[in-house]
Amino acid sequence: MPRKKTTNTKAKAVDDIAAVAEPIDLNQEQLLEFYAQMVLIREFEKESERQYTRGNIKGFLHVYSGEEAIAVGSINALRQDDVVVTHYRDHGQALVKGIGPKEAMAELFGKATGCSKGKGGSMHLIDAEKGFMGGYAIVGGQLPLATGFALASHYRDEDKVTLCFLGDGALNEGEFHECLNLAKVWNLPIIFFCENNLYGMGAPAKDHLAAPDKIYKMSEAYDIPGFRVDGNDVLEVHDLMTKLVSQIRNGSGPAFVEAQTYRIQGHSIADPANYRPEDEVEEWKLKDPIPAFKEWLLKNGHATEEIVEQMHKTAELEIVEAAEFAEQSPFPANEELYTGVYAE
Amino acid sequence: MTTEMTYRQAICQGLTEALDEDPRVYLMGEDIGPYGGAFAVTQGFWEKYGARRIKDSPLSESAFVGAGIGSAMAGLRPIVEIMTINFSLLAIDQIVNHAAKVRYMSGDQFSVPMIVRTVTGAGASVAATHSQSFEGWYASVPGLYVVVPSTPQDALGLFRSCRELMDPVMFVEHILLYGSRGEVSDGVKIPLGKADIKKEGSDVTIVSYSKMVQNSLEAAAVLENEGINVEVVDLRTLRPLDVETIIKSVKKTHRVVVVEETSKFGGFAGEVVSIVQQEAFDYLDAPVERVAGEEVPIPYSMPLEKLAIPDTQRIVSAVKKLI
Repeated sequence: MPRKKTTNTKAKAVDDIAAVAEPIDLNQEQLLEFYAQMVLIREFEKESERQYTRGNIKGFLHVYSGEEAIAVGSINALRQDDVVVTHYRDHGQALVKGIGPKEAMAELFGKATGCSKGKGGSMHLIDAEKGFMGGYAIVGGQLPLATGFALASHYRDEDKVTLCFLGDGALNEGEFHECLNLAKVWNLPIIFFCENNLYGMGAPAKDHLAAPDKIYKMSEAYDIPGFRVDGNDVLEVHDLMTKLVSQIRNGSGPAFVEAQTYRIQGHSIADPANYRPEDEVEEWKLKDPIPAFKEWLLKNGHATEEIVEQMHKTAELEIVEAAEFAEQSPFPANEELYTGVYAE
Repeated sequence: MTTEMTYRQAICQGLTEALDEDPRVYLMGEDIGPYGGAFAVTQGFWEKYGARRIKDSPLSESAFVGAGIGSAMAGLRPIVEIMTINFSLLAIDQIVNHAAKVRYMSGDQFSVPMIVRTVTGAGASVAATHSQSFEGWYASVPGLYVVVPSTPQDALGLFRSCRELMDPVMFVEHILLYGSRGEVSDGVKIPLGKADIKKEGSDVTIVSYSKMVQNSLEAAAVLENEGINVEVVDLRTLRPLDVETIIKSVKKTHRVVVVEETSKFGGFAGEVVSIVQQEAFDYLDAPVERVAGEEVPIPYSMPLEKLAIPDTQRIVSAVKKLI
C-alpha cells in the first residue's frame, strides 16, 4: 500500500484502548472481497455520474469516489446486526452494509423499486433490515439519531454497536459536541467516525476549523478516546475499527475516529471544484485507495493481474445490470404521494 | 366515576401508566430527574423508576430530542420533555427534518412513536424568550401530530391515545394550566382529531384551544348574562384538525370568532378562518373575527404583558361586534 502503522500509533490520543500495532488477520478471500467492494463502489459512482448527465438522476448527487477505503474498512468490522447512520454522501457505505446496487441505483433514479421507494433519493438511502439506518442530508442531523440507536441498544442491554459517519463540516455543528457529550455521559456503544475529506462543500477544512490538525483530539474534552487513521488505507481502517468495535461491544463506551481522505470529484456533480489547487488534486490522485490496495495485493501475492482484471469486469457488469434495472423500473404510482406520511 | 384532579396530576397519571404498562417507555429531558421537572410533573419519578427509565438529560435539546427519535426508530417508546416550547427551537431540525420526515423519506420503513411533551404560553412574567406559542408552527408540518389540551380530562384522555400512535406527537401543555382542576372520568380516552364543544350555544361560535378555551368560557359566561348565547369549540388537536365539528357549529350559529394566544399574523387561526370561508361561506352572517396576541415580543412588565395577549374582555368585545 505501503502500510504506515506509525502514523496511526503516533496519532493515538488516549491509550486506554489497545494499541493498534498488531494487524488483524484477514485471509485472502476477505482481502479480495474488500477490493471487490471498493471497485464496486467506484463503478457505481462512475455510472451514477453518467446517468446524471443523461438526466436519469436529478437533484443533488454527491459521489464517494476516493473515499472507498473508509466504508469498506470500517463497515466490514461490524456485525450484520450492528447499525450504520450516515450523511448524504452515502452510496458507498450503503453498498457495503448490504443495499444492493440495483436498489441503490433505482433509488437514485427515483423509482418505486428503490431502497426507499424512490422517496428519499441519493441522500437518503435506507434499508432498516440491513442495519443501514440512513443517509441524512442536514449536516450534523444524523448524529442525534445515531446516538438514539446506540441509546436503544444500551437500554435493551444488547451488544450492538452504532457506527455514525460525519464529515469534517459537521465538526462545526452543535450536534457534534452535544452528542459526544451525551454519548459519554450515558456510556453509549457508538463510534463517531469523521471522514475528513478536507472540504466542507467548497470550504477548506483548514479555514473553518480552529485546529484542523487536531481533529482526532476534539473528543478529548469529552474523555472519549480519539484516533487518526489513513482513510485511504483500507487495512489500517479495518484494523482500528475491528479493535474499537470489539471493545465497545464489551462496554467501553464511545470512541471517535478521524480518517483523512479526499474527494476525487467536487462536492456534488454540479461542482467543478475549481477552488482546489491542482497540485493538491494531483497529489491525492497518487493516493487513490483502489490502485494502492491493488498494488499491495499484487506485491504480497494475494492476487494476480488476471484476478484483479476479472474483479473489475464483474463490478462493471453488476453496475450495468443495476442501471438497466433502475431504468426499466416504474416510477412510484401517483397514489404513493400520500402513503407513508403517517402510519396506515 | 370521576376523580377531581389538576392538569398536572392528569399528565403525571398518563406518564405513570405509560411507564408501568410498557417497558419500552422511558422519559428523557432536562431536570426531570432528582429535580422533578421544571413544572413538577415528574416529581418522584426518578426515585421510583430509576435513572435507566428517567433519563435526566444534559442541556442539549437537539441531541436528546434526536436521540429520542433514533431510539423510537429502533423500537423504543420515548416520552421526551422539552422544558418549554421556546427551547424547542434548539431541536426544531430534529423535530421537523427528522422526526416528521423519516417515515416518508425511508419509504415507510421507519416509525417514530415518540411523544414530545412541551410547555407553551405567556402570562407567567418570564419575558419574550420564554412566553411564546409555537404549536401553530408545528401544526404546519405533515408527519407530526399536535395536541393542545385545555383541561385535566382532555390531557389524560388525549395522552392515552397518543401512546397508541406510531408517529411523533407534539403534546403541548400550557404554562398557566398546571394548577387548574377538573373532573376526570375513569378510563377516559379521547381520539385525536375530535374537537369538543365545551359549551353549547346558538348565537356565536368561538373556536379556540388550550388556555384560551378557559378565557373563551369566561367570556361566554359574561355574554350569557347579556343574553348572548355562545358556543365554545375546543379544537384539542391542531393536527389533525376536526373540520367537521367547526363547520357544524358555524352552520348552527352563523357567526365565528377564532381565538388564539400568539400574535395574529401568520397564526393558526388564519387556517381556521380559511376553512370556514371555504366550507361554510353561505352560512356566515358576518365576517369571521379573530382575537390574537399583539404583534410584539411578549414584554416582562406585568401591565404590558397583559396588553400583549388576549383576555376575556377582548373576546367579549369581538363577539359583540358580530351581533
